[in-house]
Amino acid sequence: MSMDMSQFHGVFIEESQEHLDEMEHLLLALDPTSPDIEELNSIFRAAHSIKGGSGMFSFDALITVTHVMESLFDKARQGKFNFSSHIIDELLIAVDVLRKLLKSYAENTAIDWALVNSATASLEVILDPDCRPEVQDDKKGYGFFKPLNSSNKESSKHEEVKVEDDEGFGFFEPIGEEKTTDKEEDFGFFVELDDNLSDSNIAQQEISNNQDDDFNTEADQSTAQADDSTDQITSYSPQTKSASPSKSITETKTKADTSESSSIRVDIAKIDSLVNLVGELVITQSMLNLIGDEITGVASEKLHSALSELERNTRELQEGIMSIRMLPMSFVFNRFPRVVRDLSKKLNKKIDLTIIGGQTEIDKGLIELLVDPLTHLVRNSLDHGIELPEVRTANGKPETGVLTLKAEQKGGNILISVLDDGAGLNRDRILAKARENNIDIPEHPTDQQVWQLIMAAGFSTAEQVTDVSGRGVGMDVVKRNIESMGGRLEIFSEKGLGSSFQIRLPLTLAILDGMSISVGGQIFIIPLVNIIESVQPQSAQLKFIGNEQVLDLRDAYWPIVNLSHVMDLEPKSSLITEGILVLVETNNTRFALLVDELIGQQQAVIKSLEQHYRRVQGVAGATIMGDGSVALILDAESLALKIDESLKQRVEYDN
Amino acid sequence: MSKSILIVDDSASIRQMVEVTLKSANYQVTLASDGQEAFDLCKVKNFDFVLTDQNMPRMDGLTLIKSLRGLAAYRMKPIVVLTTEASDEMKARGKAAGATGWMVKPFDPAKLLQVASKVLG
Repeated sequence: MSMDMSQFHGVFIEESQEHLDEMEHLLLALDPTSPDIEELNSIFRAAHSIKGGSGMFSFDALITVTHVMESLFDKARQGKFNFSSHIIDELLIAVDVLRKLLKSYAENTAIDWALVNSATASLEVILDPDCRPEVQDDKKGYGFFKPLNSSNKESSKHEEVKVEDDEGFGFFEPIGEEKTTDKEEDFGFFVELDDNLSDSNIAQQEISNNQDDDFNTEADQSTAQADDSTDQITSYSPQTKSASPSKSITETKTKADTSESSSIRVDIAKIDSLVNLVGELVITQSMLNLIGDEITGVASEKLHSALSELERNTRELQEGIMSIRMLPMSFVFNRFPRVVRDLSKKLNKKIDLTIIGGQTEIDKGLIELLVDPLTHLVRNSLDHGIELPEVRTANGKPETGVLTLKAEQKGGNILISVLDDGAGLNRDRILAKARENNIDIPEHPTDQQVWQLIMAAGFSTAEQVTDVSGRGVGMDVVKRNIESMGGRLEIFSEKGLGSSFQIRLPLTLAILDGMSISVGGQIFIIPLVNIIESVQPQSAQLKFIGNEQVLDLRDAYWPIVNLSHVMDLEPKSSLITEGILVLVETNNTRFALLVDELIGQQQAVIKSLEQHYRRVQGVAGATIMGDGSVALILDAESLALKIDESLKQRVEYDN
Repeated sequence: MSKSILIVDDSASIRQMVEVTLKSANYQVTLASDGQEAFDLCKVKNFDFVLTDQNMPRMDGLTLIKSLRGLAAYRMKPIVVLTTEASDEMKARGKAAGATGWMVKPFDPAKLLQVASKVLG
């Protein structure tokens, strides 16, 4: 029969990518002096699986490279092979080559056979340094794994398969009429199948034979420990071997093993359309709520209980669909051990990478967008943050610097931090550089304000542009990328102790719980996560600090932000005591937002304002209300910027 | 009633290919991604034919075959092991584990159907 094998290519390419990721991950954690047998088995299996699939689909370039890799790891797991960090480097390069080849097959572009041959050659030298082997091991039946030259690779492959693997299977004992066993065949049976199979004597005999057999395989010993590790902290160390790397690897492997059997792959576009539909459903829900309010009598009661049932189900449906889109942060974090290893070598620095909270889940869409900004921040920290070993020692710090990648969920936000224990940001140098580049500098800038300067367009403090981080792409781009995801980048730094770059992102992009309020006849939504409480102020509670009015509530001062001023609207009353103060807490400050009145709590489907209009200060997006009108969703973080900086400090101080 | 076949392979693409091939010949196909999962399935379901890969995480093919031969229902069932090498040593190990036969990877769909029709009669 003929079958279109290309229909399976997609799955193969995807699974091979996973195998390559795993291989890289394992290689990075591998201790060259005493490699863990279980890790070697896993790498072997990954190479073996790619080779097996490549054979099926005639991806010869992949076969060529993975075959040598497989032999190498087979030798290694039998203890006949010694690793060195140079060899691991070479193997990592080979993994990169495999990635390129996979990409070529995926995109149907020409295979770079020069690359294949050079990668194969360098692996062969590692495998057998004394002689340049011809690789082949014909008696093992690997004949078609020869490096094939580009011009006639297809035909030569098929020829060889035909010659050697005539039938593609074989039987040890004859089946039916077929009375001969051809050793050259590629399949076989150990007992006669038709009549003899039902002969219980023979079968019984077979079984008792088996039981006598002392039959050992590698996998027997290697399966046991895989199940119990749930470590939250994963630590990678290119220089030193600690106990945690192997544990973390076991953890990821277990996850992969168990998830594969019970999961399906779904096109992300299908999920996105579900997310949109749920968004529409939420809007319909609020329309129904409005209608429900108009109805009176017995029917109204029934309708309301049905509506609240519907609301609950809608919410659960929404949460369910959003959770499908969630992936653990380790999808992004796992690429950094390699980055840190390569860069620290290039920069002659000693750096340990610690990963915390890799299991924190985040929307898949955000994951993809996070890769570039995070890579930039990591490169920055390695290049500019962490000092050279000599410098560190001279300053009384441990020779090896620590870079930490951390993800955690805080309220409705995901907080992703890149922390280093390096030199910290240099205030004077940043100021000098900003002046040089004609960047606006506030008067008597606070540290926070100085750090913000490095995110201004056209700013770069590197004395010389290095090929590590000075790529012409500045922090301004990073900041813009993060803001385009609805997030925020914050910088904390202490001279001599290190820096922390924190990315704060909304947990989900689509729907939020909000409080609708009105000012000057317009309706706005405040995200519920930001709201602490709402009060109608008494005049005794209103005080002045300098020229700024504050709310004195239970011995704490809250700066007041008047929403009608910010939005340029006419408030219902000019008296604060006639309005409502919504106490809002943001990431690093808190304030009281003055509004006319509270309307009610509701879910809001976030519609991007930038996409249809432009970015507006103080506004995170828009939503469609039940009556079809549009309301703006307020962004508490940027509203906080309206508070006078000196007042903020004094309030903090007084508190 | 069509015959039921259990496919055991840790590679999703190979599982998919084998599944599509066998289903095109009207076999009922069940998939398992490693030996342990296959063994657990076999304890509750009676397949007519098991085709298993050798190299897999958790439990490899030959261990699966040995374990299956210990189950009354699978004492005489055809079980074929997929292998990348057809060396005598490999064959001896397969036979010792109680495999009915062996089949070399890579194979094309036609060969798979040939093997299936032979063992299932």
